[in-house]
Amino acid sequence: MRADGPPAGCAAAAAERADVVVVGAGPAGLAAAAVLAGAGLSVLVLEREGEPGGVPRHCGHSPYGMREFGRVMGGRAYAARLAERARRAGAQIRPGVAVVALRPGPRLLVTAAGGPAEIAADQVLLATGAREGSRAARGLGGTRPGGVLNTGALQGLVYLERLRPFRRPVVLGTELVSFSALLTCRHAGIRPVLMVGEGPAVEARWPAALLPRLLGVPLRLSTRIEAIEGRDRVEAVILRGPGGLWREAADGVVVTGRFRPESALVTASHLRLDPRTRGPEVDEFGRCSDGAFFAAGNLLRGVETAGTCWSEGRAVARAMLAARAGRLPEGVARPLAIEGGALAWALPQRLAGDGTVPPAFPAIQAGAARCARGRLVLRAGGAETASAERAVRPHRSLRLPLPPPGAEPVLAFEEEP
Amino acid sequence: MAEDRFDAAVIGAGVVGAAAARALALAGARVVVLEKAADILDGASKANSAILHTGFDAPPGSIESACLAEGYAEYRRIHARLGLPLLESGALVLAWTEEEEARLPALIEQAQLNGVSDVEPLGAAALRACEPGLGPGLRAGFRVPGEHLVDPWSAPLAYLHQAAAHGAVIRRACEVQGGTWDGALWRLETGGDPVQARVVVNAAGLWGDVVDERLLGRRRFAIRPRKGQFVVYDKTAFGLTRHILLPVPSATTKGVVVCRTVWGNLLVGPTAEDQDDRTTAVLDPAVLEALRRRGEAILPALSGHEPTAAYAGLRPATEDKDYRIGHDPDRAYVTLGGIRSTGLSAALGLAARLVRMLEGQGATQGWIPPADPVWPVLPNLAETAPRDWQRPGHGGIVCHCEMVTRREILAALEGSLGARTLGGLKRRTRVTMGRCQGFYCTPALARLTAGRLDPPLAEPLEADGAR
Repeated sequence: MRADGPPAGCAAAAAERADVVVVGAGPAGLAAAAVLAGAGLSVLVLEREGEPGGVPRHCGHSPYGMREFGRVMGGRAYAARLAERARRAGAQIRPGVAVVALRPGPRLLVTAAGGPAEIAADQVLLATGAREGSRAARGLGGTRPGGVLNTGALQGLVYLERLRPFRRPVVLGTELVSFSALLTCRHAGIRPVLMVGEGPAVEARWPAALLPRLLGVPLRLSTRIEAIEGRDRVEAVILRGPGGLWREAADGVVVTGRFRPESALVTASHLRLDPRTRGPEVDEFGRCSDGAFFAAGNLLRGVETAGTCWSEGRAVARAMLAARAGRLPEGVARPLAIEGGALAWALPQRLAGDGTVPPAFPAIQAGAARCARGRLVLRAGGAETASAERAVRPHRSLRLPLPPPGAEPVLAFEEEP
Repeated sequence: MAEDRFDAAVIGAGVVGAAAARALALAGARVVVLEKAADILDGASKANSAILHTGFDAPPGSIESACLAEGYAEYRRIHARLGLPLLESGALVLAWTEEEEARLPALIEQAQLNGVSDVEPLGAAALRACEPGLGPGLRAGFRVPGEHLVDPWSAPLAYLHQAAAHGAVIRRACEVQGGTWDGALWRLETGGDPVQARVVVNAAGLWGDVVDERLLGRRRFAIRPRKGQFVVYDKTAFGLTRHILLPVPSATTKGVVVCRTVWGNLLVGPTAEDQDDRTTAVLDPAVLEALRRRGEAILPALSGHEPTAAYAGLRPATEDKDYRIGHDPDRAYVTLGGIRSTGLSAALGLAARLVRMLEGQGATQGWIPPADPVWPVLPNLAETAPRDWQRPGHGGIVCHCEMVTRREILAALEGSLGARTLGGLKRRTRVTMGRCQGFYCTPALARLTAGRLDPPLAEPLEADGAR
């Protein structure tokens, strides 16, 4: 539907070129850019926001940076350090540039303040990250007033713009990011009236669950938002919990978590998308269905920590260097089969390795569709190569070591009856 | 005050009021538009299915049928000059049950009676050839080539811009609380200075009966709001159907439609739920889930797609299926009431009819139509033509999901018809209406709109309580 290029009479300048274009200047993209530029390549990092850094830039509080810089840092300082490291390695970071379309070649159609242009590269790394599920995706009923925000928007308002969208919101969700929302509220003098979780237990790992009590925010589990009330602004939230239905006066709602890949570019491109992860399909080198495109970070599967994305960015960058040297296996990849209804997704979606080059992803990552107890098993050619007894729940990823090269891999979850 | 004396006062700045203001201004009247809400298009015109209807299924001989035919033709004539999109998609009316199938011949005959002579009966195989994605259980149907898709917000905004270019004054946050007719002139009480006008047009939509009561002392009809909920899917679902997919309509509603939008989305809706509340349209998750399931039955491939947004609107239904047009020539007063879901398509026809009614009564004497009308061109938001981001100097993208530029947002905040609320800004630019629903662009939007919107997106962090 979208026009194929700039309108007639507005010819884009002759295509610019780089050895590698990195799309997205978050932890994965910046970590990869530093490795690739450090290897002597011309690296162009395109970031659609006004500054590099990605999600951590919006997040004023700790803890970031242990793995990367050996100390605990706030999100903004961490983001600045990542960008600085990539620049020093020789990468060119260009903020305010939005990639509009991915084409074979690879060629990228972009648009910036000045207008549209085209950029060509030998290789492209996609690192566009993830976003939280919207109110619509969460199926919240009621009216549609202002003051219903994701954590990402709240943090941008508070930390980047020094603005406060509400004073007494309800926080929906108990993932790690939900507790980050509580810390952001505290920073801005916002006092949440309630934190509510739909499940029977807090989804984030200990010790995040201690935070509500420390911050004096009541926590209600097995509770859902039935409806939002208010015309221009939120006035109240109707909740349903174990004790029935009640109305809580509030002037906002923070809809947290339920991250999903920001994969609109991939969806509209020639690259294959995995309907389970909603991210691009990759092999264990981070290579997409078009071998000139790679992907790393939260674009692959929704949310992991900044440190995990940073590691993935570096590892996929090394695989991209191996690909340039002609060392990545080019044979037919083996798709990873998934068995058992408790598993929602797994990646890499196919395995191409022949044992000659170390993989970018040393483990199969998987996510659960629901809470279940049982055994996670990886088989290759019928033989079990790894397994783990697990109580699985959504929004917490599972890992098993990659199987040895050669055989058809199957990831299964054998549920206890 | 001389400047507060007008030839015509239009009450209500929805699509009907906007089209009326345009037609009156182009007929040479000095027009004032009085809108109760903080911004235009805040009532029934806020939410609809964005279809330009031919009127094939309207009751033959009704006012609605006549206004649809005239409005449809007028939109086709003027849309390009105002920069308004028209996505020519055609519609398929689909029968999924034996009962629905039995009603097809009558519907086709009705279309003929309504002057829509190009409908084409099709069997299940032919329908599937048109739309390979249709679900199982399809029996038969027909094609209505003239049903198309439009931008329901840019169109009325364009009508108001054209009216304003010919001297119309648009007053927002200006509720008509009462008024008197002195035999020559209406005097309308609005809380501020009274507004004087020789002619009054009631286009108050969901409040049409209330305005009649305030000014005439009686209600010609009773509004019973009919809620419609919609589910919107992301751009990835746009390609699942080309045609507008219509059900066989029932006695009360056109039923659940699946169609594309000019912005590149796909939507499923509306429901038809009667209620008393005229201001609030509440989303019901269970109903939205049922809509999704209905959508997936019609287009099974939809099941792989996640909804981007849901919305709900209210249509000003009355006791009668037809529009409620009232004319009091003695008091130079016209009511354009009970304009339900077809208002977007019929508005230009209603407006032309209004001007003819006033001419017939002699109320237009002394009005001098402009010899050379101005045609303001609206910024294009549709994917059917080049967007602002494709042109140089747009200042950067603010909303990445809907590709809204900084230049578009700043322009929409400017001028006498500039956005005053976040909802108004969304309808003028589509900002935050995409898949992320403001996850990324809210901070930048709060900065760009600081001091311009009421209520604001956020307040500054002051010393109190902030650390």
